[in-house]
Amino acid sequence: MCDGHNHSHPTHTHTTTRVPVAEQILSANDRIAQRNHSLLHQKKVYGINIMASPGAGKTSVLLKTLEALKGRLRLGVIEGDPAGSIDTERALAAGMPAVQINTGGECHLDAVMMEDALSQLPLDDLDLVVVENVGNLICPANFRLGTHLNLVIASIPEGDDKPYKYPGMYMGMQALIINKIDLLPYVPFDMEYFHQGVEVLNPGIATFPLSCRTGEGLDAWADWLVEQARAEIIPR
Amino acid sequence: MHELSVTQSILDIVLQHAKGRKVQQVNLVIGQFSSIVDDSVQFYWDIIAKETLAAEAKLHFERIPGEMTCNSCGHVFHPGSETFLCPSCESNAVRVSGGQEFQVDSIDVE
Ligand SMILES: [Zn+2]
Repeated sequence: MCDGHNHSHPTHTHTTTRVPVAEQILSANDRIAQRNHSLLHQKKVYGINIMASPGAGKTSVLLKTLEALKGRLRLGVIEGDPAGSIDTERALAAGMPAVQINTGGECHLDAVMMEDALSQLPLDDLDLVVVENVGNLICPANFRLGTHLNLVIASIPEGDDKPYKYPGMYMGMQALIINKIDLLPYVPFDMEYFHQGVEVLNPGIATFPLSCRTGEGLDAWADWLVEQARAEIIPR
Repeated sequence: MHELSVTQSILDIVLQHAKGRKVQQVNLVIGQFSSIVDDSVQFYWDIIAKETLAAEAKLHFERIPGEMTCNSCGHVFHPGSETFLCPSCESNAVRVSGGQEFQVDSIDVE
């Protein structure tokens, strides 16, 4: 039909034209996340998004972290996990502004839900907003919320191969907690193997091995977080 | 449920670029490191694209395998799910060099 010299094709009723798009699938979410980030920046509030697989101890880490930060930063909480750990009522009773997000069965929070939650918090009176994301490691990584920090909580019993199994999640974070290190003597966990995987995916990532049970490592984590938050909220 | 929001985002992008033309195919490029997006996207598509110009569009997935490059010897390889060591020189000084794609590449319209 086409010889090398004639590049015009006969006109059919159904010609197909390829239209280049080259757009990120979640670009709309990313734009709203950027808006959330600008709002936090403008209000001088540091935002942290906590992600973990079920059983990693997100509950304990969260409660211990809030406890350690009390009196140092003014805290607000966004509760996105339907099986959430922080009792919103209890947080409110403790004088901590808290908002519960109804994810409508979604397996992750997105930037629109985050925007709505932020509008319900007294941002002028806060230094740090902690977001508890839905408990799985597959979905939330792609949906940016606009927080300054994406934190992943791993844990010793989950095994040392998590970075190899969930590379996407380990690439998208800015801090990593390895929880339940008190179990290291009892569980086969090759810390070097784990670190090697993480280092390939996320070179130089801030990593905090800790135990909520013994308290080991908690201060180092909390102090680092306060330092990060202050660098953002105190005008230079 | 993850796939539903992804599908909705794809549809929004597609309709915006279709500019009133009928869409026959949507060409997606999905890297292995990017996300787990499975066949249920077409299933959701058939539901949510109904009564739009993209109702009959077929979704075409181009899957890009994860790719790493060795900083020591320059070897480029596709890592397994158990180790990231360079298969050529066994160095662990490797970096991710591909497989993070997650985009609508193009659409075929009438
Ligand atoms: Zn090599």
